[in-house]
Amino acid sequence: MFFRVALLVLRKDFTIEVKSREILYTTLLFAISCVLVFSIAFVREGEPLEDAAAGILWIAIEFAGTLALGRAFERERYGETLRALLLAPVPRAAIYVGKMLGILVLLFVAELLLVPLVAILFRASLFAQPALLAALLAFGTVGFAAVGVLFAAMLVRARSRDVMLPILLYPMTIPVMIAGVRATVALLQSPPDTPTVTMWISILGAFDVVFVTLSLWTFEPVMTE
Amino acid sequence: MPMLVVAAAMFAYAPVMIAHADYESSMGLVSKILYFHAPSGMVMLLSAMVCGIASAIYLWRQDRRADRVAIAAAELTALFGLIVIVTGPLWARKAWGIWWDWEARLTMSFVGWLIALSYLFVRKYAGAGSEKMAAALAVFGSFNVPFIYVSVNVWRTLHPKTTVVPTLPPGMRGPFWYCALTLFLLYLLLLTARVHLERQRAALDDLYLAQGD
Repeated sequence: MFFRVALLVLRKDFTIEVKSREILYTTLLFAISCVLVFSIAFVREGEPLEDAAAGILWIAIEFAGTLALGRAFERERYGETLRALLLAPVPRAAIYVGKMLGILVLLFVAELLLVPLVAILFRASLFAQPALLAALLAFGTVGFAAVGVLFAAMLVRARSRDVMLPILLYPMTIPVMIAGVRATVALLQSPPDTPTVTMWISILGAFDVVFVTLSLWTFEPVMTE
Repeated sequence: MPMLVVAAAMFAYAPVMIAHADYESSMGLVSKILYFHAPSGMVMLLSAMVCGIASAIYLWRQDRRADRVAIAAAELTALFGLIVIVTGPLWARKAWGIWWDWEARLTMSFVGWLIALSYLFVRKYAGAGSEKMAAALAVFGSFNVPFIYVSVNVWRTLHPKTTVVPTLPPGMRGPFWYCALTLFLLYLLLLTARVHLERQRAALDDLYLAQGD
């Protein structure tokens, strides 16, 4: 029941998105422009600053993610459909999971584009350990999305929600940022510093478990008017 | 009221106490910041915990009294956080030669302070229903802070450890705990005053609504 509802919510979002592709295209274009602006700021005479690639990859993910979260829930607000969703006789937490799956798919697609882009523009050997990088990105993105979806959902009813989301979300996801950037830096060393990477991945794993659980608990009381 | 008198008297005597405390030779006059900085940090942490717990109670038990405590504690977290953030760099400039460093406790306090500010920001600008959003924020914040601590600790570290306080020479230890107690009393006073104000505000709102019916 629970996962069926979550998958239904995911399918609903997917069907709407396939028609317009609005959120997908804006997120991807935004991510590309982000990397472009940063590469102009941090690449001098063809030589990127040390460790810049790791930071820029994660900043681009975080910025694009914030944009996607805002858009995804703006759409629900516009059609007053979030209220309809919440009225459905299903567990509220399942709606949260469905929404989060949608954001995760979107961010993974964005990362598929971002990783090669950063690797090329910053001459970063991101593909030295593809499995570790994939695990790192997966754990980091889940942590970011777990907090992000809850905050974006509760801010739907708020005034000045566009500014509010980044203000609330960035301080809250600082552990994800630190772990993601530090692990990517370790990964980019030659040879890659795998013990450090796995250590950060386990910290991210703990973060994910704590914040997904917390969000599942909080979603119900926060969304009750 | 008696608490007010005691706190006022203790505050009046605090500068004397600090002036008479042992002189720390390597740091000179700047070391006196310790008497404000560290206790403010303790009070800030306490206040953040009060805010987080009160918010959790409000969120899951719908108790409006808890919400009043939470907003009072959030404001005080921001206030004492400001003291910590201002006095810290002043001391660090003299002790470490730098104003700021990305160290576990510094980062944790800074981000905690930011979260307290964003809590107040939500309360002020988010409109109707902002109490619950702010409460969720506070609960998330209290779970977040340990993560920041751990991750920065793994990353790098420089701050004097908490073990500094027990190892203070006796001449400094007395004034230190005196100041800590004074600031704690001040915190309790401000908290009760603020909760009282919030309670009266709620009562006033209820009266308005009753008249409207």
